[in-house]
Amino acid sequence: MQPVLKVQALSKTFNIRAGLFSRKKFAVLKNISFCIGKGETIAVIGETGAGKSTLAKLLSGADSADCGQILLEGNIIEDNGIRDNQCRYIRMIFQDSAASLNPGLTIGDTLDDCLQYNTDFDKAERTEKISATLSKVGLLVDHQHYYPHMFSVGQLQRVALARALILDPKVVVLDEALSSLDPSVRAQIVNLLLKLQQETGLTYVMITHHLSLVRHISDQVLVLDKGEVVEYGATEVVFQTPQSKITQRLLSC
Amino acid sequence: MAKFNIFSEESNKSPLARFWRKFKNNHPALVGLWIFVAFALLAASAPLLAPYGVNQQHSDALLIPPSWREMGDVRFILGTDDLGRDVLSRLMNGATYTFGLSVVAALITTIIGVLVGTFAGISRGIRSSFLNHLLDITLSIPSLLLAIIIIAILGPGLMNTVWAIILALLPQFIHSIRNLIVDELNKDYITAFRLDGASNWHIISRGIFPNIYEHIVVIFTMALSTAILDISALGFLKLGAQPPTTEWGAILAENLGLIYLAPWTVALPGVLLFLAVLSTNLVGDGLRQVLKARKAD
Repeated sequence: MQPVLKVQALSKTFNIRAGLFSRKKFAVLKNISFCIGKGETIAVIGETGAGKSTLAKLLSGADSADCGQILLEGNIIEDNGIRDNQCRYIRMIFQDSAASLNPGLTIGDTLDDCLQYNTDFDKAERTEKISATLSKVGLLVDHQHYYPHMFSVGQLQRVALARALILDPKVVVLDEALSSLDPSVRAQIVNLLLKLQQETGLTYVMITHHLSLVRHISDQVLVLDKGEVVEYGATEVVFQTPQSKITQRLLSC
Repeated sequence: MAKFNIFSEESNKSPLARFWRKFKNNHPALVGLWIFVAFALLAASAPLLAPYGVNQQHSDALLIPPSWREMGDVRFILGTDDLGRDVLSRLMNGATYTFGLSVVAALITTIIGVLVGTFAGISRGIRSSFLNHLLDITLSIPSLLLAIIIIAILGPGLMNTVWAIILALLPQFIHSIRNLIVDELNKDYITAFRLDGASNWHIISRGIFPNIYEHIVVIFTMALSTAILDISALGFLKLGAQPPTTEWGAILAENLGLIYLAPWTVALPGVLLFLAVLSTNLVGDGLRQVLKARKAD
């Protein structure tokens, strides 16, 4: 079966100002490769500063890589930093959902903008799509007239999910999206994510610190350390028999 | 819409509606707003409302005190000046010059400032710096002095005053707008909006402006109070509006010789100037407080 998302030799370097005139190169990601099939979940774990969030940004298109390719269903969408404008198929959910929503627009307007920029739906189709997506993530149709400040954190995460799903993406990148939620709300959102995955065959790339969550929902694990892949494999195998020291240390705490 | 409302709240309070609700609770600011609106209406319709023409002279009624005094005449509610002109009509028409022109000057400053500030905010590197510091040289001179220099070159006149004030106000305006835009651009929701496929124009118009227009209004009120003071000060110094024009500062200067004989001809334009600046500042201060309270939420 062809993988939905395939990442080949992705690298990213930041220039850091070291002195007055000198600049130091700092490799955030070195040679990252992995692939993931339809309806599967890959978890990316690692210590702070291992390059997890940078990977999320590269996948979603918020930043571009220096070299390497990203392939979506066999088509190259990013090649050595040049990206096809296909932002609608890989969608990202941010860590802080409150900060990622425009406080001056209603939820309906935000969702409507997504559809306007990416599809050629007319007004009626867009309204219908917005209603359908809101009920899909467990919100009411009425919520589209609400402003972000009127929601609780859990509801905001649902709104962020609706915003990601409204364009019918193939891959959803969750950048620590579940960490800021309290356990009961997190459980609700996780169940919602799993349900959506079963129904529509979504692929998740989950970036998280939460190991029991990784074990619960992901099929594969990618362990990053200082920008390098130290371990990559099926979740159960990695958790049962961690090979590298870094994974052992991560799992033991 | 669903058939029933689950939530008791009837309407969804937009950020603007919340803003207004908080502003309403600040009573001095609200009073300031009413005075401000009254001045604006007066400035727009003074020639229609004024009982007499601006330069209409009543040779039978020279230096008549206001009508509540014993010597007063009810035809001239605020009295007349030494040429027998009705003070009330002159002051009403003065609103068009002092207040109206200040509003126009502040509006032009706002439009240019927002345009240049926006371009400076979204561009990077040298272009951004160039736009940002385009008019910084004028910051080194106080606005009044700058106006005097421009008038020394172009000659005295009301329009020259307006240009001078616009030039003097612009750099601060551009800096403020640019800083606001750069602050907003770094926020997460702009990244998210860009990932939704929004173009630069969408990001500016749909993403940033709905969130900074209150700040722009606050900067506008500050520019306005400076503009009122500068226009009247230049009028008073006989560098701006010239005497037959009913600009408040010019009226003050014209009647300064009559201060012992007919104090009302000097006091009343002064009171109006005070009220105009006070109301503008009250509104601006009220707006600023609401913004601060909202940031603290």
